[in-house]
Amino acid sequence: MAGDAAARFKVGDQVRIRVGVPPTHFRTPEYVQGKQGKVDTLWGAYPNPESLAYGGDGLPAQPLYQIEFAQTDLWRDYKGSVSDKLLIDIYENWLETI
Amino acid sequence: MAENGHHDGHGHGDNAEYYVLRAAAMQALLIEKGVCTLEDILTMADKIDSRSPKDGAKILAHAWLDPEYKKRLLADAEAAFLELGYDLPETSPTITVVENTNEVHNMAVCTLCSCFPRAIIGRPPAWYKELAYRSKVVVDPRGVLQEFGTVIDEAVQVKVIDSSADYRYLVLPMRPAGTEGMTEEQLAELITQESMIGVGLALSPESVRAS
Repeated sequence: MAGDAAARFKVGDQVRIRVGVPPTHFRTPEYVQGKQGKVDTLWGAYPNPESLAYGGDGLPAQPLYQIEFAQTDLWRDYKGSVSDKLLIDIYENWLETI
Repeated sequence: MAENGHHDGHGHGDNAEYYVLRAAAMQALLIEKGVCTLEDILTMADKIDSRSPKDGAKILAHAWLDPEYKKRLLADAEAAFLELGYDLPETSPTITVVENTNEVHNMAVCTLCSCFPRAIIGRPPAWYKELAYRSKVVVDPRGVLQEFGTVIDEAVQVKVIDSSADYRYLVLPMRPAGTEGMTEEQLAELITQESMIGVGLALSPESVRAS
């Protein structure tokens, strides 16, 4: 399924997750919205789930990235180590440049 | 958290009957609307139920014994599965394997629902789908490890992977000490479902012998 749609971001780029609660099916949990992270992996392009969920064709396919966050950037009172990370897969239409 | 029967996010946690009815209604609608056939549904259910943690354990034990296979498994899990005769259905999301080491401990979750590498290790355990695990593991992974009785040194980096999209994650646990000379079959017995999610470690050979 992975394709080669031109990806706007590359591994290592700092990005911010867009804030939004569209009235549709979306796969960007609110706990990462508005947070800043780093592109860890580019998985390729996948059909957009926001279209697929409503019987659409999912096109244009969205580049899908694995984004890495420092846990201490996600949670003010994070109890673990400062080196702990959270990784999550986010479609490009949810990513903003810093 | 695993055993004490928390409710899920919709308040029907203990109401199995509710889910049976809902699934039946959903199935009837999907068939009636021509989205899929009964045969499609049964084939897919059979496919998922044909895999279990034992399959994952066999593959990961093979990786413990064969460093070259491990490299291929980490680079392209699905090609490596195929080498051992495990094919994935076309509809399966991509599965990838992440390795736990002395420096990094990975844990998998799906905060949105219950995404899981079903095509290779079958259905997830009940606690994996409960809101208690899904919400706590991202905020306090070390607290969750503690609840599972898993000790991870403070110096080890804990990485939580939220499988929110098209990828599913299978954790390759560390090979325990004292397992030199063990066969693939013996090693596979040490690899539990919990260790492949990352909430647990592979069992020690002593604990398996004792049981």
